[in-house]
Amino acid sequence: MTLELFQGLYSILYDYVRTWKSTNYISIRSETSVEKVYTNLTTGGPISVYVEDGKITRVRPIQIPEEDYPKAWVVEDRNGKKYSPPKAMRIAQNILAERNRLYSEDRILYPMKRVDWDPNGARNQHNRGKSAFERISWDEAATIIANEINRLAPLGADGKRDGHAITAITGSHHNWGIVGYKMAPFGRFFGMINYTPILDNPDSWEGWMWGAPHMWGFYWRLGQPEQFDLLQDALKNTDMIVFWSNDPDSTHGIYSGQESNIWRVWLKEMGMKCIFIDPFYNYTAAVMDGTWFAPRPGTDTALAAAIAYTWFKDDTYDHDYVERKTIGIDEFRAYIMGDEDGVPKTCEWAAEKTGIPARRIRALAKEWASKKVALAGGVRGGEGSACRTAYGTEEARMLIALAAMQGFGKPGVSIWGTTMGAPADYTWFPGYAEPDSQMGKSPAADRKLATEGTIKQRLYRLTYPEAIIDGHGDFIGDGFCGKSIEQQFNHNTYPIEGKVKLLWRYGGSFMGTMTDTNRYIKLYQYEGENALDTVINQDCWWSGETPYADIILPACTNLERNDLGEWSVGGGYTTHAHIGNNWRIIVREQKCVEPVGESKSDYEIFSLIADKLGQGQLYTEGKTEDDWAEAYWNLSDLSKRCSWEEFNKKGYYIVPVPEDYEEHPAFRWYYEDRDCDTQDYLNPKIKAVHNMNSMEPTEHSKELGTYSGKLEFASEDLKVLSPDDDERPPVPHYIPSWEGHETELYKKYPLQIISPHPRFSFHTHYDKHASWLNEIPVHRVIKDGYAYWPARINPKDAADRNIKNGDLVELYNDRGSVICIADVTYRVPVGVMHSYGCSAKYDPLVPEVGATDRGGCVNILTNKRMLSKNAPGMAPNSCLIEVRKWEG
Amino acid sequence: MRYGFVFNIERCNGCYSCFLACKDEHTGNDHSPICAPTCEGCNLMKLNEIEYGTGSKVKVDYVNTICQQCANPACMAKYPDQVYKRPDGIVIIDPVKAKGNKDMLKACPYGAIFWNEKEQLPVKCTMCAHMLDAGEKVTRCSEVCPNQAILFGDLDDPASEISKYVAEHKDELEQLKTGLGLGPAHYYRRLPKPFICGEVICDKCGEDVKGAKVTAKSECGCVFEAETDFLGDFEVRGLPSNKEFTVTIEAAGFKTRTLTCRTNAAVNLGEIYLEKI
Repeated sequence: MTLELFQGLYSILYDYVRTWKSTNYISIRSETSVEKVYTNLTTGGPISVYVEDGKITRVRPIQIPEEDYPKAWVVEDRNGKKYSPPKAMRIAQNILAERNRLYSEDRILYPMKRVDWDPNGARNQHNRGKSAFERISWDEAATIIANEINRLAPLGADGKRDGHAITAITGSHHNWGIVGYKMAPFGRFFGMINYTPILDNPDSWEGWMWGAPHMWGFYWRLGQPEQFDLLQDALKNTDMIVFWSNDPDSTHGIYSGQESNIWRVWLKEMGMKCIFIDPFYNYTAAVMDGTWFAPRPGTDTALAAAIAYTWFKDDTYDHDYVERKTIGIDEFRAYIMGDEDGVPKTCEWAAEKTGIPARRIRALAKEWASKKVALAGGVRGGEGSACRTAYGTEEARMLIALAAMQGFGKPGVSIWGTTMGAPADYTWFPGYAEPDSQMGKSPAADRKLATEGTIKQRLYRLTYPEAIIDGHGDFIGDGFCGKSIEQQFNHNTYPIEGKVKLLWRYGGSFMGTMTDTNRYIKLYQYEGENALDTVINQDCWWSGETPYADIILPACTNLERNDLGEWSVGGGYTTHAHIGNNWRIIVREQKCVEPVGESKSDYEIFSLIADKLGQGQLYTEGKTEDDWAEAYWNLSDLSKRCSWEEFNKKGYYIVPVPEDYEEHPAFRWYYEDRDCDTQDYLNPKIKAVHNMNSMEPTEHSKELGTYSGKLEFASEDLKVLSPDDDERPPVPHYIPSWEGHETELYKKYPLQIISPHPRFSFHTHYDKHASWLNEIPVHRVIKDGYAYWPARINPKDAADRNIKNGDLVELYNDRGSVICIADVTYRVPVGVMHSYGCSAKYDPLVPEVGATDRGGCVNILTNKRMLSKNAPGMAPNSCLIEVRKWEG
Repeated sequence: MRYGFVFNIERCNGCYSCFLACKDEHTGNDHSPICAPTCEGCNLMKLNEIEYGTGSKVKVDYVNTICQQCANPACMAKYPDQVYKRPDGIVIIDPVKAKGNKDMLKACPYGAIFWNEKEQLPVKCTMCAHMLDAGEKVTRCSEVCPNQAILFGDLDDPASEISKYVAEHKDELEQLKTGLGLGPAHYYRRLPKPFICGEVICDKCGEDVKGAKVTAKSECGCVFEAETDFLGDFEVRGLPSNKEFTVTIEAAGFKTRTLTCRTNAAVNLGEIYLEKI
């Protein structure tokens, strides 16, 4: 709505007149049935679930009496004003539609089989996505699947299977918990089958994974920096925050709900100057009322290079820091100043690339150098669209270079995404990705089935459609390369043991999240010699890919089974992620209602099939889900403070911040030449002991995780491991996008579209399945009864194409076509369109590969090309399209 | 006793948590006699996204236009047998007596009454009266607001948080359509208003001019001031609508420049070059 329209509707006058007229009063509601309240935990926070007569009636942020909260932490700003968090849990907005999602018409109610798929006859792969399904019993489903597994992966004499012909992949986070979630029953089952894994790509932070470790290590955090205690540091010491490709109010530090929103309210109200660099005037920019710089997509690196140029020219960088803590500045300077390639990276040069006037780039650079700046980008949940563009490695590295030139680690100077860094207790508790809480790896299991796999071949999420169809597909890197820098250069081969014939798809849909996603449909319908015999889809809801299966298995949500988990903590490579929350809370996930239809928990589903395989005892070890939950609780030292019985009864445990809490801000140790003293327990340069609850320094504890131990403007490891790579050279470079405004294709498709992570849904979850979200006119817009996905376009571009606000439009290029609804807005500059990624709804007009989709899966349009030749990440934000009015 | 809200627009980021919590509370849940189960289209907590400004100077605000719990409700005046007011100020549409009365939607000048297609009822915000009656202290919307932008409480109790807030921020609070004399209960902090902005540039060197003094004078004589920042940008905020403004830009070493504009909504004067003396 425009301001004119709004003011017309609500003429605003200053006036406080209030008159009084009291009238009759009719009474309160009588209580007719018993209401029970259960605790549970979601991807967006802890909840209280209200149940009457076996039906969920409402879902609220977990209700905890004020007196039950421990003492709140206190932080202080530079004026001496003190802040403490509210005694409430600020969950993600989509979680408030959890009831709506649980009772969605999209729930899969029974096991089903595609009518023209016969495991003993014709499989009719070409009909995947076209033909109907018939209801079958759980016993039939389990029998069919067990027969397929026994056919493809017979049990050997040694009691092991060769499951190379079976592959499986999960989506991320349709549920939460450490007993029932993907790495638990899924990991244990497929470990037992000895399958061919499909490796995940680091889809949210590609440039940081494939770029940053070569500059500052932190491969153990998948390229992203530590964030400890930076909230206090920023309030006290920072003068300006530069949000670079980061919209924390929308992306929530991934799982931290809206806990950190209030921190940004504090920062705004204390007068913090905020800069936003993003082709989209994002929601955090809007509420912080920040100053907006809108570089053309894919030119962030050029903008950063010009800032570095200005600092070199003005001599306004931190010489002391650069000399003490970094290497390679001369090589970096040679590139920036043009000694290397004859092109000085001046503000005028960058203006041409970015579309931002040179004077404004210069003014920003000068202001930045004169202030203590927190660079908000590249951290959990705030990696932004820029790192998912062509050569996104260079964007990540160039931002680190800027932070290094200003001496990050000194008070007020940091890389801080504004979503993490609250004071907290650090007692270890296993997140779902932690080996200790993975059912197939945990000490809680007698047999660690997920560690017993012998299959060496791997597939990759970004390439498996072609790899399977072509019958071969090698790739480099192991996706999440958290073990070493060298891991990025591992060569993976497919096939080694043999081709895959069965795909087990678990949760969610890739149509809205990966690149050039018609490829995934092509695989399903492909019928040649490498065709998939069998596709199984296991999910709670009909998702974008579900109709392409042969067998569909209905899973229940984590509100329909027992589990436990810590809010926000996945574990694995982002340790102590609870510092994104105001309160550290571990929640007993209580079964609130009976599973909808015939749906079952994932553990029950895999147990049932394991039984049919004659391996039920091996799989379950006789343990119930509650047995696993109790065992996991007892693995942590928290069980010494709160017994399982007490936790189980109460439903939650809030971990107090220790009375003697000491701050150890991220990187301060590095700046001050001390041993690392943060709780970064996977840092190999410190020795974490006693279940990661304490650390001992080593002789390398003052170092970063690079070859030199220092920050490397010129990467020592790239010089050795990838010496002739001109697409990720030792020093970060601006390299024109392979699909951007400097390419030939731009003449045919002159609009650049970015598709960042969505605001009102989470990956492909909640959208489509929770219809209430359709009534949020910023999420989807209902037109003629259909909820369309918005695509944002500048008024000039819209006028040039005779497109009006609210028109249906077709976004298209040579890869596909998607119908969206036009949102004509100045929030994107001329030449740029914005439409969120992660539409859950794939709704092709005809069920054929390449059909126009009206669900809004804009990723259909994106290029499958990787960041660069040796950086195997996806770059959906380097995408050229044209748009026209859809006349339908 | 009179319940009301303060909506702090300055803090609202449009997350729609309030909207969804309201949906969760009411959709399919029978809170009779306060409110019958609602269905799709009953957006009791209506949130309007308001975008204003042009070019690269754009602003986005959110304004809840929900039932204002008027002191003299227009709906009640028109349908006294179907609408009543409680001693706590909450206005209730009787879900039995109002059955079938779609015309009631037209009675509300705030557009805050919606049609419940399923129950054939006019519906609106009840301030979660059924919860308050059961002893709860908050409404669902105010409970979930992550930015603490929705304050709820008794406006008649001077000791309440909301009353203290209203007293403290009196000058910054407004109410909607007060000219109608309906006596809305809710307050809004910093409703979106027109602004004038621009970028001041030196005509000689082409660089931005920092610290220039900008004075915007309206036809009615009101004066608003601003200063250019490190980018040469200025913004004069909170202006009255549809007024003729004279904008004067002064900076040491430059000739003063004067421009005129009309505050239809937001005015972006764009690049303004000052002549170097």
